[in-house]
Amino acid sequence: MSLQSAERKLGWGLLAPALLWTVAFFVLPFLAMVALSFAHMEGRAIVEVFDPGNYVRAFSEWSQLKALINSIEITVTVTVISVVLAWPLAAIIAWQVPARYQRLALLVAVLPFWTSYVVRSYSWLLVLGDNGVINKALMAVGLIAEPLALASTRTATVIGFVHFFVMLLTLTIYANLIQLSPNYARAAQDLGAGRWATFRHVILPLTLPGVITGAFVTFVLCIGDYITPQILGGNAELTLPQLIMLQMGRSGNFPMAAALSVVLMAVVILVYAGCSRWLRLDRL
Amino acid sequence: MRLAGWLYLALAYGFVFLPVVVLVVFSFQDGRLPVPPFQGFSLRWYAQVVSDGALMTALWHSALVAFVSSGLALAMGFLAAHALARVRLPGSVFLRGLLIAPMTVSYLIIALGLLTVFNQSGVKLSLWTVGIGHVVINLPLCFAICYGAMGDHQKTAERAARDLGASEARVLWFVSAPMLAPALAAAFFLSVTFSWDEFIIAFLLSRFDLTLPVEIWSMLRSGLSPATNAIGSLLFLVSISAVILMEIFLFRRPK
Repeated sequence: MSLQSAERKLGWGLLAPALLWTVAFFVLPFLAMVALSFAHMEGRAIVEVFDPGNYVRAFSEWSQLKALINSIEITVTVTVISVVLAWPLAAIIAWQVPARYQRLALLVAVLPFWTSYVVRSYSWLLVLGDNGVINKALMAVGLIAEPLALASTRTATVIGFVHFFVMLLTLTIYANLIQLSPNYARAAQDLGAGRWATFRHVILPLTLPGVITGAFVTFVLCIGDYITPQILGGNAELTLPQLIMLQMGRSGNFPMAAALSVVLMAVVILVYAGCSRWLRLDRL
Repeated sequence: MRLAGWLYLALAYGFVFLPVVVLVVFSFQDGRLPVPPFQGFSLRWYAQVVSDGALMTALWHSALVAFVSSGLALAMGFLAAHALARVRLPGSVFLRGLLIAPMTVSYLIIALGLLTVFNQSGVKLSLWTVGIGHVVINLPLCFAICYGAMGDHQKTAERAARDLGASEARVLWFVSAPMLAPALAAAFFLSVTFSWDEFIIAFLLSRFDLTLPVEIWSMLRSGLSPATNAIGSLLFLVSISAVILMEIFLFRRPK
């Protein structure tokens, strides 16, 4: 046996556990789910005959399609607001806070990131609820007489999400900004660019890869999340993950839940294809 | 301009900390609802939470699943990273993509896929099935961190050890692993954090043995309660202690 083939054999041996695990518990289950999405229910039994009916339903029944639209609307809103809020925060920490305190400033800014995910959404309920901190405060100073309906709305869902993703994006954008050499800005200014022109034509384009990578991660995590819309948005308008859980739980309709999951996956893949040119996932 | 900057920073901190402060403050509420007005300081909700058997069992389950699944994910991820970084294998780009792939898929979809297979093959849902799911989500992370940390100077040391007659297992255990210790520790702690806090997989793939996030979820169903604040505050205290320790011991590298 040649040295090279012995080495290869060893390589495959080391790779085998991870590879088998991924195939057995990720690839095969995923394929099984796709297969299931083409089955349908008769009464409470799953009938496994090829039938694209679930997909037709997903796009033709308003209650199903609405969930997809809600999810996309909420996710796009959250992604845009989070980027717009996180960029200045990262910039202030990178440029204005003295270098020796930057790590601390960043650590503090993302500290609430480490609260349990379920508890974080619940905490926003305490802030936004009818008896919550905001309503009680506004009523105490006499600005409103009746509590504002903040909880169980889309606004609450968006606030809960933005809170989480501002912290995540601040980290990724800061990592990007700190690598920028100040020479770029100096060069632009030497060449006569004003502050705005420097920002618009030099700094912003240079941070774009980091921003888009962060925005993509935000999009993926946001559109697939069940907890935040369920706790903060309530059942007034469902998102896709909520509908998937509902199909499984209340109706026991696994094939429909599987089909909706495939739709969810397809949206993510489309977005990935749209921005893959700028994505640097390996640099996360 | 500078003033505006500090003001923005203050507002951002305010927004980020608002829910956490409310959570912690009303965990000490001497009343039945964790909302204003604050009726006085009490530790009774903490006492109730700590003596809640279901909650403490769930805490133990979460710790068990987090440590076992992270250990497994780290071991497999490390070996795979070593293989792909050191041995020239056909299709290595594809293999790398395959190992990373679960990272780009929603936890909900991973959970649904596993549930489909477990249902079809009659596997009973338990902490084991939750653990399997958690290894699936943490394996790509461990692999990516280990793979990214494998540099050229370790390669030289590994080759030297091999030339001196060490078997591959000894090389891995006595040379590669110690040299990668910071990356291995970071991967392990991140995995533990993700598994510890993971909800949807644990929710869908367990039946009677619940993990902590699932138990907290069921507490939410009975409405707002300072008890939820108390357990939430305790968890926050544990995580930030871990983060600060990690910051001090792992990431404090001179730059």
